[in-house]
Parts: sequence; C-alpha cells; structure tokens
Amino acid sequence: MAGKPKLHYFKGRGRMESIRWLLAAAGVEFEEEFIKSPDDLEKLRNDGNLMFQQVPMVEIDGMKLVQMRAILNYIASKHNLYGKDIKERALTQNIIFMYVEGMVDLNEMIMRLPIHPPEEQGAQLALIKEKTTNRYFPAFEKVLKSHGQDYMVGNKLSRADIQLVELIYSVEELDPSLTANFPLLKALKTRISNVPTVKKFLQPGSQRKPPVTAKDVEEARKIFKF
Amino acid sequence: MAGKPKLHYYDGRGRMESIRWLLAAAGVEFEEIFLQSPEDLDKLRNDGSLMFQQVPMVEIDGMKLVQTRAILNYIASKHNLYGKDIKERALIDMYVEGMADWNEMFIMLFVHPREEQDAQLALLKQKTTDRYLPAFEKVLKSHGQDYLVGNRLSRADIQLVELIYNLEEFDPSLTANFPLLKALKTRISNLPTVKKFLQPGSQRKPPEDMKSMEKTLKIFRM
Repeated sequence: MAGKPKLHYFKGRGRMESIRWLLAAAGVEFEEEFIKSPDDLEKLRNDGNLMFQQVPMVEIDGMKLVQMRAILNYIASKHNLYGKDIKERALTQNIIFMYVEGMVDLNEMIMRLPIHPPEEQGAQLALIKEKTTNRYFPAFEKVLKSHGQDYMVGNKLSRADIQLVELIYSVEELDPSLTANFPLLKALKTRISNVPTVKKFLQPGSQRKPPVTAKDVEEARKIFKF
Repeated sequence: MAGKPKLHYYDGRGRMESIRWLLAAAGVEFEEIFLQSPEDLDKLRNDGSLMFQQVPMVEIDGMKLVQTRAILNYIASKHNLYGKDIKERALIDMYVEGMADWNEMFIMLFVHPREEQDAQLALLKQKTTDRYLPAFEKVLKSHGQDYLVGNRLSRADIQLVELIYNLEEFDPSLTANFPLLKALKTRISNLPTVKKFLQPGSQRKPPEDMKSMEKTLKIFRM
C-alpha cells in the first residue's frame, strides 16, 4: 500500500472530478499526471496501462484501475464511505448505489453540456434544469425529508453525501436559483462543506478543477480526438 | 425476504436483460410485470414506485430498487458473485463497467435513426474486435484460470458470456480469434442454472429488432 494514488487524466473535471472529491473528502492525498497531448494518451495506451484504452485511470494499491465507477467503488469501500456497519452494509450500500447512479446520470448531462454544438446549448441547458428541478432534486430532497437525518444514508457520512454535494455545486454554477426550493439539500450542502477535508478541498489552491470552459473542450477534443 | 423478486420492465431485453441473466445464473426464480403501454409507466410513476421515474425497477427484499447497476450490485453481493474482497471487487467492477459501455452500444443500436444504423453497427464491430474482446481474452490468458477473477465464478463471467451471445447473434465470426473467451462461454453455458436459462421457454428475451424497438419506444413516448 505504498505511495499516494496517482490520477491520470487531462487537467479538467470530466469523469475524474468525482474521484478527486471522494479522495479529498476521505482525507487521502493524491498525485496527478495530466495528459496534455494525443501523444501522452498514446503512450499510456501503448504501455498497456489502460484496460479499455480509456481514462480516467488511477494507480492505487498496486492496481491500474480504469472505469470511473470501479474507482469510486474501491475508494468508498476502502475509506468506509458506505454507511454504518458491516451488518447494515449490504442494504445501505445498495441504497447508496441507487442514489449515486441517479447522481451520475445528472452529472453526466452537466458534464456533456459544453460538448454540444453552440446551437444546441440552450436546449440542453433547459433540459438539465428541467430534470434537476422535476426529477433529481425532488428525489433527493424526499430522502432527506423521509428520515430527517443529517446524512443521506444510515445517519453517517457516505459517498452519497459527497457526490450529491459535488452535484449541487455543479448545478449552482449553471444556475444558483435551482436549489431555491430544496431547503434540505441546501442544508446538506452547508453541512458537508464544513467537514474539514471538504472545506479544505473547496479552498482555492486545492486540486479541485474549475468549471469547464470552451478552451478546455477544445483541448480535450485534441487529446481524445472526438 | 418473502416472495420472489418482481421485475418491472417491457417485454424485451433492454437494460433488464443483464439482471435476468444474473438472477437466473444465481438460481433465483423471479416474476415479471410487463409494461405494455404509456399508461402502465404512468401508473408506476404516480404510485411513487420509481425513484427517478425510470425503469428497470426490481422489487426485492422489501426494496423498490431502480438503476441497473444498483440492482446488479445487490444481486451479485447477495449471491456471492462479487469476489471475496475489496480488490477482487475492484477488478470485477472494472471489467463489468467496460462491459456496460460495450453493451450500451448494443442497446442503443436500434434507437439510432435508420440511416445511422449501418455506421453504428460497424463501430460496434470495430470496438468489439479491437477493444473489448482483446481486453478480456488478455485477462484469461494472464492467469490461465477458468474464471475472470479469483479463480471462481463471479458476475463478471456471467455478464461477459451474455455479451458474447449477443455479439454472436450479430456476427458469429467476431469471436473466431478469441479461443479463451469461447472456452469460457462453453464452460459457463454448461452450468446447470445457465443451461436452463438458455433453453427455449425460459425468461430470456429474444433479440431486439427495428419492429420491437418501435413498439417499445411508444411505451416511453419516444
């Protein structure tokens, strides 16, 4: 278990950002190796480091893990971000999966927004807002309301809280008014933001990446050739 | 823990088929309630049964689980098909996530407009032979064991064999140069529970085509 995890990706949010959040929240220091050109990606591929020729890839505990969910699952398990105790784990872990999969679906839409052609951006943004306010936020607000506890699952901090708060921040970057009618989500966001490891990650100078710009998309296009 | 799991979906493969395979392989009997109209979907939504207003949904052990991955993870954990420790799980997750990407191409094939389908099929075949089949053949070659992970049956084997069958429905020649995968397919197909599921009359669903997709899209008002 020597050394810090090493993250291989381009210098932007994309599919690595949730991994950065989770590591940071768990208090795990990590290194980043940024892919800056198509050649960097080719090298990773040719060295046999990428099982499906894709990134994110994280070197951790002697493994070269690819696939965002596999990486997130491993980190969450290793750092006890899965709910209460072993006995409850099967059930709570499973509920957590259900919640985070919904979050990933919404996050995926937000992540892909800058990639859409300019003429489609308005419609995509409207769709994201609609799904946020009619599908996803109500579902998560309802969970918090149903048990009245401080955390999404098992009355204990889990990956569900971290990933949800990451999502809330991303949504508010698109439109701060979207959380207006979700008081419990806002309260969760405040609470989680005050967890010392998260607070540190939210400060300038941390490894958190800024919102994606058109320039980032161009750079990613060159590297990943899409 | 009373009663059999109840699967809510339309009468076709889609995103529920991997769940059917895994339950069947684990020897779990299950019931199915088929959505046949937009109104059936509306009812499930209005009853508050669908956390994100979407199917698949599986009623199991007192829960109404949605999200394909959450459902698969639960079944695999419950039936010891998820590895023996956190590192084996990591490998299994990595493999099945690659399979999910690959499977997505199959699922979406008939959702693409007709004029794009040939190109999509060509892309699917290319990724199959250049990316996915080699990756999994390499795993089997690396350890020479009968199963993908931990020298023991896991969801990774079942999900991979499901995909190989799907693939061979399109083009049986694609697996020609992958002897270890072919051997895995034979081995897994001979497991009694899987053998039963592969027989006619089981709850396995037939391949989808343009006609069945058109009917399905109506249910979802697409």
